[in-house]
Amino acid sequence: MQASIRPSGRPDVRYLLRLGDTCLILAQRLSEWCGHAPVLEEDIALANMALDLIGQARGVLSRAAALDGQGFDEDGLAFLRDEHDYLNPTIVELPNGVDGRERPGDFAFTVVRNALVSTWMKAWWERLRASRDAELAAIAGKAAKEVRYHQQHAADWVVRLGDGTTGSRDRCVAALRRLWPYTAELFEDDAVDEAARAAGLGPVASELQAPWRADVDAILREATLEAPAPSAFRSGGRAGRHSEHMGYVLAEMQVLQRAYPGGAW
Amino acid sequence: MTNDATTAPQPAAGEWPLWEVFVRSRAGLDHKHCGSLHAADARMAIQMARDVYTRRQEGSSVWVVRSDQIVASDPGDKEAYFDPMEDKVYRHPTFYRLPDAVDHM
Repeated sequence: MQASIRPSGRPDVRYLLRLGDTCLILAQRLSEWCGHAPVLEEDIALANMALDLIGQARGVLSRAAALDGQGFDEDGLAFLRDEHDYLNPTIVELPNGVDGRERPGDFAFTVVRNALVSTWMKAWWERLRASRDAELAAIAGKAAKEVRYHQQHAADWVVRLGDGTTGSRDRCVAALRRLWPYTAELFEDDAVDEAARAAGLGPVASELQAPWRADVDAILREATLEAPAPSAFRSGGRAGRHSEHMGYVLAEMQVLQRAYPGGAW
Repeated sequence: MTNDATTAPQPAAGEWPLWEVFVRSRAGLDHKHCGSLHAADARMAIQMARDVYTRRQEGSSVWVVRSDQIVASDPGDKEAYFDPMEDKVYRHPTFYRLPDAVDHM
């Protein structure tokens, strides 16, 4: 069985892992829809978006591995870390539905989460195009185009479902109530953010809050939905403190690589 | 796609309308028909066409048209409509030489 690897605690590596792991884990959740989406074209759309996210994760994790300097690569970082070394925010590891047990999930929950997360990623990728790290800036140049489409796709669905039937609206309201408390974590600065700003690597988390909120408010208004009230709850994914769901995601992701180290197609 | 030119097919109750998709390749000049899809509205149809019909870099521009908006010739009229062209070679522009200055058509 392949043992786990530990990245160094370098702040620039941690900053990149937060970005790369968000893409990686959200891709895992989206890919659970493959073959099960309500409509053929949406099945392809969700799978396309998962592939876009994996492409982004590959670029960012490769860069993180290089900066980390311990000889790891994108695959090692993607498949061989322990749970507390993944730094994605908790919101992307949540299962695709409100109660967490539906398979493949609740479509309204999926598009509401996509709208909230892709709006945040759009604000982040756009600012990363100006990163002093040339490789990250290049990845951001490509990713910014992809995330604009993800956000548009998700926003359109939120509007259709929110301003739709009573049933679709109820699911959107339930999804928003479940997801909203997990958004607070996205905008809290810490030492890793400050180091990234000082090095010109990327913006601090709080810088993304205003543009995110403006975009999300516009989507919700058109969808005739309301933003839930802020709560005191704080999730801890970006610090490596994950929910009970992360273990299941990682188990599924890692089992093959752990059982067959270095395996390739 | 061939329809009776006088009646349009109605979508089944509860089913999204059918749209025909046309894609122009990156190097091409005209949109070519490449397939169809079901979508609830025009905006969704464009996005779905992008997701389904351009994911292998097939194109740079997409048109979608509701299938019931397309009027097609009746296959029963094929003989009357198209056979007469067979022996009218004088309609083809092959009997004069273009001056070099404009010979790029």
